[in-house]
Amino acid sequence: MVDAIRLYLRYASISARSQMQYRASFVMETIGQFGNMGVEFIGTLVLFGRFDTLEGWSLAEVAFLYGLVHLGFAFADTFSRGFDSFGVTVRLGDFDRLLLRPRSTALQLAGQEIVLRRLGRLVLAVGVIGWATAALDVDWTAAKVALSILTVTCGAALFAGLMVLHATLAFWTTETLEMTNIVTHGGVETTQFPLSIYRPWFRGIFTFVFPLGAVSYFPAIAILGKADPLGSPLWFQYAAPLIGLVFLLVCLRVWEFGVRRYMSTGS
Amino acid sequence: MRAYGAILSANFRTLLQYRAAAIAGFTTQIFWGFIRVMIFEAFFRSSSASQPMTVDEVVTYIWLGQAFIMLLPWNIDREIHNLIRSGHVGYELLRPVDLYNLWFSRAMAYRTAPTLLRAVPLLTLALLFLGMGLPASPEAGLAFALSMVGALLISCAFTTLVNVTMMWTISGQGAATMAGIAVTIFTGMVVPIPFFPEWAQTVMEVLPFRGIADTPYRLYTGHIPAGDALFHLAHQLAWTAALVLAGRWVLSRGLRRLVVQGG
Repeated sequence: MVDAIRLYLRYASISARSQMQYRASFVMETIGQFGNMGVEFIGTLVLFGRFDTLEGWSLAEVAFLYGLVHLGFAFADTFSRGFDSFGVTVRLGDFDRLLLRPRSTALQLAGQEIVLRRLGRLVLAVGVIGWATAALDVDWTAAKVALSILTVTCGAALFAGLMVLHATLAFWTTETLEMTNIVTHGGVETTQFPLSIYRPWFRGIFTFVFPLGAVSYFPAIAILGKADPLGSPLWFQYAAPLIGLVFLLVCLRVWEFGVRRYMSTGS
Repeated sequence: MRAYGAILSANFRTLLQYRAAAIAGFTTQIFWGFIRVMIFEAFFRSSSASQPMTVDEVVTYIWLGQAFIMLLPWNIDREIHNLIRSGHVGYELLRPVDLYNLWFSRAMAYRTAPTLLRAVPLLTLALLFLGMGLPASPEAGLAFALSMVGALLISCAFTTLVNVTMMWTISGQGAATMAGIAVTIFTGMVVPIPFFPEWAQTVMEVLPFRGIADTPYRLYTGHIPAGDALFHLAHQLAWTAALVLAGRWVLSRGLRRLVVQGG
């Protein structure tokens, strides 16, 4: 395990240094991502300017939820490139090379490229959650601080799980399907607003099938001290983020199954 | 003129080949539209204060936005980008046609083919099952149709202008990124323009971007009365002319100092 972490950090530093060779491009792309996401958030500000509240949630509360979701996603997104382009890796037969190395394939893919420009999202998420925390009057107990950290960590794990699942499909289709992005990016879009506002069947998808609600809505309710119109008990709100961790473990098993079934394209 | 028609139709047919991408895009658009519709419905449930648009108008607006999303000029033409980078732009200059018109025709195909692939099935589905309304009146429908032509023209003129600026920046990232951000917010794709604060609306009314999405969609729902259509069509055409002139000017400046690299 220690060995794996050391190797991963080495991958990360090589990748970071190579991207820093194109510094202007890195700065531009980071600003671009920040801008694209910032524009979406401006939309939320505009709507709150007109409506004041979203089913009992204030702007600051929604901003806090937004920060939680995007922080988790930003961490996962930084090392997602290897999984994103996995279809190409399989098609070109490059995956064979990964199999020859005496390390876990998932680790090698995660370390393939650490996309630094995705820090744009991280910066925005930190800014938004910082502002929300200052604007809100949360009674910060040790438990709530711990729950916040757990939520972001497990959120990153859950998104990482989705990316692994997305790549696993490439073993069968030899291309990563555009459609699986709906779950990841659509999921972020969905869970940055309270889950309770959506229609029940839609809410169900993000609670039971792809449990994104477990690393956003439910812990946020507990941290913000709100009553849940969906009626979840407090212990569940505290335990929910762990589902994200379990999800990643399950996805890694599916991945291993895919690796065993893998047949090289031979090219 | 025949030459540009041929360029348009060749590019158009190439783009129609990407059917799998269209299906994936279609699903994404439906999903995205759904999220947005539900968010707006929740906001409308939360407040009884009077709003600048009704919830039905917003729902129709959202589906129009999803259906015509490929018309928005928020990405650049990769092929033109590569032509400029590789120096093959020299070959383009050898062709016996006007370069601006050539690229403008490309942009027309680049915008219309994917739009048609997506809009027809999406509008059908949205009208039948997803709560999208019909045009407010026959006049509103006509005004919408005309202003969609205007929208296409502005979008292509803007695309071509951004493409041309790549002659300076080579990497093209900067201009394309800034253009994408401006398009996303000023067309009304994030939130319809009437919801913005008054001062922001004043600015957005002047800018060209609203003509690509907000104006036609509001004509469709009758939020802008069909009687005012002429003014808005004039706004679209004036901006198209301005963007075309700007594009031509930048291109001629670019060609004067063009150095084709390598052999």
